[in-house]
Amino acid sequence: MTRRERTVDVLVVGAGPAGLGAAAELAASGVRVEVLEREQSAGGIPRHCHHGGFGGRGGRAGGGLSGPEYALRCVAAAERAGATLRTGITVTGWAGPRTLDATGPGGLERITARAVLLATGARERPRSARLVPGSRPAGVYTTGELQQAVHLHHQHIGTRAVVVGDEPVGHAAAGTLRVAGVEVVALVTGRPPEPLAVLRRGPGAPVLSRTTVTGLTGRGRLAGVTVRHEDGRTTTLRCDTVVFTGDWIPDHELARRGAVALDPGTRGPAHDTSYRTGEPGVFAIGNLLHAVESAGTAAAEGRAAAAPVLRHLATGSWPAGRTALAVEAPLTWIAPNLIGPGGEPPLDNRFVLRTGRRRAAPLFEVRQSGRLLHRQRLLLPARPGVPLHLSADWLDRADPHGDTVRIRMR
Amino acid sequence: MTRTVTRAGQPLPEGQDYDVTVIGAGVVGTAIARELARHRVRTALVEASDDIGNGTSKANTAILHTGFDAVPGSLEARLVREGQRGLAVYAAETGIPVERVGALLVAWDQEQLDSLPGLLTKAESNGYHAARLLDASRLAEIEPHLGPGALGALEIPDESVICPWTTPLAFATQAVLAGVHLHLDCRVTAIETGTEPGNEPGTGIHTLTTTRGPLRTRALINAAGLHADEIDRLLGHDAFTVTPRRGQLIVYDKLARDLVRHILLPVPTAAGKGVLVAPTVFGNVLLGPTAEELDDKAATESTEDGLALLREKGRRILPRLIDEEVTAVYAGLRAATGHEDYRIKEYPELRYVAVGGIRSTGLTASMAIAAHVTDLLARTGLDLGAPVELPHVTMPTLGEAADRRPYLDAVLIAADPAYGTVVCHCERVTEGEIRDALDSVLPPRSVEGLARRTRAGNGRCQGFYCGARLRALTARTRP
Ligand SMILES: Cc1cc2nc3c(=O)[nH]c(=O)nc-3n(C[C@H](O)[C@H](O)[C@H](O)COP(=O)(O)OP(=O)(O)OC[C@H]3O[C@@H](n4cnc5c(N)ncnc54)[C@H](O)[C@@H]3O)c2cc1C
Ligand SMILES: Cc1cc2nc3c(=O)[nH]c(=O)nc-3n(C[C@H](O)[C@H](O)[C@H](O)COP(=O)(O)OP(=O)(O)OC[C@H]3O[C@@H](n4cnc5c(N)ncnc54)[C@H](O)[C@@H]3O)c2cc1C
Repeated sequence: MTRRERTVDVLVVGAGPAGLGAAAELAASGVRVEVLEREQSAGGIPRHCHHGGFGGRGGRAGGGLSGPEYALRCVAAAERAGATLRTGITVTGWAGPRTLDATGPGGLERITARAVLLATGARERPRSARLVPGSRPAGVYTTGELQQAVHLHHQHIGTRAVVVGDEPVGHAAAGTLRVAGVEVVALVTGRPPEPLAVLRRGPGAPVLSRTTVTGLTGRGRLAGVTVRHEDGRTTTLRCDTVVFTGDWIPDHELARRGAVALDPGTRGPAHDTSYRTGEPGVFAIGNLLHAVESAGTAAAEGRAAAAPVLRHLATGSWPAGRTALAVEAPLTWIAPNLIGPGGEPPLDNRFVLRTGRRRAAPLFEVRQSGRLLHRQRLLLPARPGVPLHLSADWLDRADPHGDTVRIRMR
Repeated sequence: MTRTVTRAGQPLPEGQDYDVTVIGAGVVGTAIARELARHRVRTALVEASDDIGNGTSKANTAILHTGFDAVPGSLEARLVREGQRGLAVYAAETGIPVERVGALLVAWDQEQLDSLPGLLTKAESNGYHAARLLDASRLAEIEPHLGPGALGALEIPDESVICPWTTPLAFATQAVLAGVHLHLDCRVTAIETGTEPGNEPGTGIHTLTTTRGPLRTRALINAAGLHADEIDRLLGHDAFTVTPRRGQLIVYDKLARDLVRHILLPVPTAAGKGVLVAPTVFGNVLLGPTAEELDDKAATESTEDGLALLREKGRRILPRLIDEEVTAVYAGLRAATGHEDYRIKEYPELRYVAVGGIRSTGLTASMAIAAHVTDLLARTGLDLGAPVELPHVTMPTLGEAADRRPYLDAVLIAADPAYGTVVCHCERVTEGEIRDALDSVLPPRSVEGLARRTRAGNGRCQGFYCGARLRALTARTRP
């Protein structure tokens, strides 16, 4: 008994908002599209984000739906359009350029597609990956694990928690902790305090800024989190639970195993404004590209990928060399990060970026071979963990076969 | 044969005294229990924690050593050599993952290069004849990602990597199946020795006070690892002191596995074996260990300095490794005694064998230590009778290089679809494997125990995806 071999037009890996968005759009245009999801139910991360804020494009405050409601809506849209959704199926590797191997309770499969869409999402770096030293007690979570423990499994968490991180996801973690009856002692962030923090929907617990976690203590169960303030002061926050939030890393295993080139900044597949990766016929969408954006953005990317996928199915063409986009510190990444040959604009005619440090009145400069292509002042301050947008109006001035385009923020 | 495994809250069996009791269910204690199980003696294995292999044995570098660099003529040199052969055969029989990747002792400066021929001679005096010297160009060919400046190497083709978790689990499972009583959550706190003045050797009975009540035994084996000196003192000796020597390690992502083909060892110095880079049988890459003398026998914390030191050393050895994602960080404690050899000693008048100072080679030597200790025990007057065959055990398929992990086995999945349902995505562990572990002779009591039996939860996401589900699964099976 071996692998069942099949072919489809389009194979989507991952049934989160991105994969489902692409599937809905493609199926609606009559393409045979199959989505494989390794979890038992489709919907991706929103399935266990019980807070509101889903459905819009602008992050936390962007929409009126809860995560599970939003997940159901994404699933329904894809199914209505005629996409085939198969859950409990894990894509395990590649057998050829557009041929993937999968495992499910029904056996092993080998599926060849004319186009492959990778939509495998992103995860938070756990404590170990952040090299936080100390003991290895129980009570250490990422937001993903915490949310599943609370909302899907109704598990007992603890009594006093520290949240590491002060991005929207850290606030979501604090909310989940409170729902679970856990007191949130503090949110800890290495960043400076937010001047206008009081105006935003706050986390409801003190934020210790310019502070890093230097270790965990406690044998068996967590007893405390030791922290160091920028000025050298150290203290131990007594708690039995700690949640490491944010610090995203795209789930790029499949991409890397398929020799899809990554962008050094995002750690997701390098891709152009049409979601084309370096591998012919392989597209990438959603948080795999850039770690966490809102679910609405991931879904919109999925839908936007449909047109280039259809074009590829019709013509079979794939750009050879493409010009890369590169950012300078404090910028950490830009997506998309390749310029397509036809100068196609990105989603909403703008690039998404992140900064590692705050800038009050940021000014973007875009250059190629020293030549200034574009200059743009942002109205809002640039803050770590929050999307920045750069207009794509300069794209037609760039040479798509020329040197790397460099983006600087001052 | 009935299986006897008892835990906290359950009474220790009453009635008959044990012929032999082994204190400590690490890789050494379980190997000894397994060896005794071949004989006609009533044996108990008592362990302070809630699982076997929960001490030093769960946190090492997992290398099946050839013993090429041991102190020639020492007990350790002999037992490592014999243990390596024995364990390699046993692993093949039972399915314990082993990969014979070979080791390279890499010289980074002229002095180190000059010392390689001496190490080659030492290997030969340890009975190891397959080592050979490699020049810089050959080295670069077989290890292309090595950092700049490597001048040459000594190649040890038989050094292997092994699974540190299934090894004691196989020993303990086989021992329990053959009738050894395993008592978990059972710390020995006092010993009343059975030899009163004038008694004939072999007639007295030791009474052990444990956290679960008294336990009577004729003979006693002390395999308590870091605490072997304390047990020894309970018997009135002052033969050795165990000083914990911490080794911190970093486990890198499986996506880094292609960067390294051999175990990359530093040229040893007076300060110890030094920091190595090695593949693991799970398909990861290990960097470590540090060597820190401590006085706390529970200090398995990692430290900022320790991790910084490892990264600095690792960057030199395999620069690209440091850019890869880290999957896990852990630390183990070696049982150092300030003596360059094992401290294994029999006391016939007490029918007692102390197995101390099993430093950094105990995994490799475990089976040979067990055979040696059993011989010593026989010499203390215990009648062991002729050995019998043990029931065969087959360990779960944990090795990444195994012919077929369950998730890739079409025949297995066709017979039972649970092997096609992946629960831990990073390690590709299926529902079928988790169910098997929970139903096994020695079921896990915690998510950590489950991880050591299946790999579930040990992957790059460290529970982001599967942690809550794994906790639910282990909690459900607890009585
Ligand atoms: C804690 C948290 C809170 C959030 N809060 C909000 C919010 O309030 N509002 C908002 O708009 N957004 C929010 N987000 C972000 C939102 O969840 C993501 O943007 C969105 O889920 C990304 O969609 P995706 O399809 O790219 O990835 P995902 O939703 O991560 O989906 C990826 C899917 O791929 C599957 N997969 C991966 N590898 C394989 C494989 N090899 N084989 C088969 N399947 C595979 C995974 O199982 C998963 O289901 C939050 C995210 C988190 C983690
Ligand atoms: C960093 C590091 C790297 C290493 N690398 C390797 C390697 O690559 N190859 C190799 O072969 N070896 C290696 N080793 C060595 C190997 O891990 C040890 O030699 C081996 O695990 C020792 O096993 P043990 O059974 O003696 O001790 P342990 O595993 O510690 O077992 C002792 C047991 O006794 C129990 N116990 C203690 N006191 C009591 C009591 N009073 N009552 C009841 N139970 C008690 C403990 O709970 C424990 O479970 C390494 C060790 C370290 C620390």
